[in-house]
Amino acid sequence: MMQPTELIAALQNQNQDAFKRVYDMYADNVYGIIYTIIKDKSLSEEVLQDVFLKIWKNANSYSEKKGRFFTWILNIARNAAIDKTRSKSFKNTSQNQSADYFVDILEHKDNFSSKIDAIGIKKYIASLEPLCKKVIDLLFFKGFTQKEASEELNIPLGTIKTRNRICIDKLRKTLEA
Amino acid sequence: MDIKAYIASGILELYVYGSLTEKENLEVYEILQKHPEALEEVKRIEHALDQLSAAVAPNTLSSSYKKIEQNLDASTGGIIAIDRKKTNWPAYIGWAAAVALLIGVFFQSNKNRALRQQVVQQEIEKQVLESKIIIAEEEASKTKSLLDVLRNKTLIRVPLKAQNIDPTAYASVYWDKEQQNTYIDVAGLPDPPPGKVYQVWSLKLNPLTPTSIGILDKFSKNDQKIFLLANPNDSEAFGITLEPEGGSKSPTLEQLYVLGAIAS
Repeated sequence: MMQPTELIAALQNQNQDAFKRVYDMYADNVYGIIYTIIKDKSLSEEVLQDVFLKIWKNANSYSEKKGRFFTWILNIARNAAIDKTRSKSFKNTSQNQSADYFVDILEHKDNFSSKIDAIGIKKYIASLEPLCKKVIDLLFFKGFTQKEASEELNIPLGTIKTRNRICIDKLRKTLEA
Repeated sequence: MDIKAYIASGILELYVYGSLTEKENLEVYEILQKHPEALEEVKRIEHALDQLSAAVAPNTLSSSYKKIEQNLDASTGGIIAIDRKKTNWPAYIGWAAAVALLIGVFFQSNKNRALRQQVVQQEIEKQVLESKIIIAEEEASKTKSLLDVLRNKTLIRVPLKAQNIDPTAYASVYWDKEQQNTYIDVAGLPDPPPGKVYQVWSLKLNPLTPTSIGILDKFSKNDQKIFLLANPNDSEAFGITLEPEGGSKSPTLEQLYVLGAIAS
């Protein structure tokens, strides 16, 4: 995936067309990340709106030196979703307590948007080891640090990075095949 | 640097996740600038994660962008009311206090105005009562002085008897000969018709000579019906006639109401 350098510059100049393109590019990712944490569609949509308003407002705080634009957006989404789980309105909803919820979603989902390699994703999920499911859930979807993940999963800190690479390699191979 | 080993360590996946520290991120960024194969690796990781994260979106978003766009318009200039749902209690309390104060002020001023009106009313009533008292005192003092006059033993009382014209009429004259005053009590005479006045005469009997001592021209205004008239004459009798307004030079005997002689 290319870093959309010109788009980012236009967004930072408060160009609304650029903002719309950023939304079109990343809305599903933001929604997906939020939903795996919040597990409620209408609350997730609310958070998604807040996330994009933050992207619009804080566009100038992004710099390539800090990381990928994709990563910057995912971080905002995760933080907003986690904030929401601490709010009163969230505590009043009942949640699916599944530990690796992204797997549940993908196993039961049939209607994918056109940019998704739905067959590849389904195939990947079907073949994914239980430990990979947990590692990806914690590190990618929940934003855990390596240390937090190693404590949560009770595996040595030094193996988290390589374990995760193996899990993601499988995804890449399935999608790139 | 062995870039293949670096890639194999799995740090680039964590870089794309966003789970590295700020310092680590900057280090990775510098390596990516120098090693295109590492950057290429990052792009491929990113592509896989883009697919994975977009795939978990539970449904297609339809109206979200419109809602966001509305808020963009409202926040042009970059200010977004993220805490728009927060209740501004101090402001509400402030407004409530202001409203309560206004109601209180309005109520008090109404009450104040009513009280002021009441005070004015009381003041008017007080003045009316005071003037009534002054009138009553004046009348009492008049009555008292009249009583003093009547008790004066030198006073000569002359009862005047009714004549043909009105058999019910009567009057009295109290004559203070020394002071040359006469008090004419006409409470027993009817009110004179419009355009007419009673006129009081001092009479000498032999020969009959009438002398006017005055007209009772404020008859209806004098509640006590007692009039003071000067009488310097050496009277032998008194009579009262009804005369045209302004009085006459000589009495109209047909209109003689009362007449009485001084007992000798």
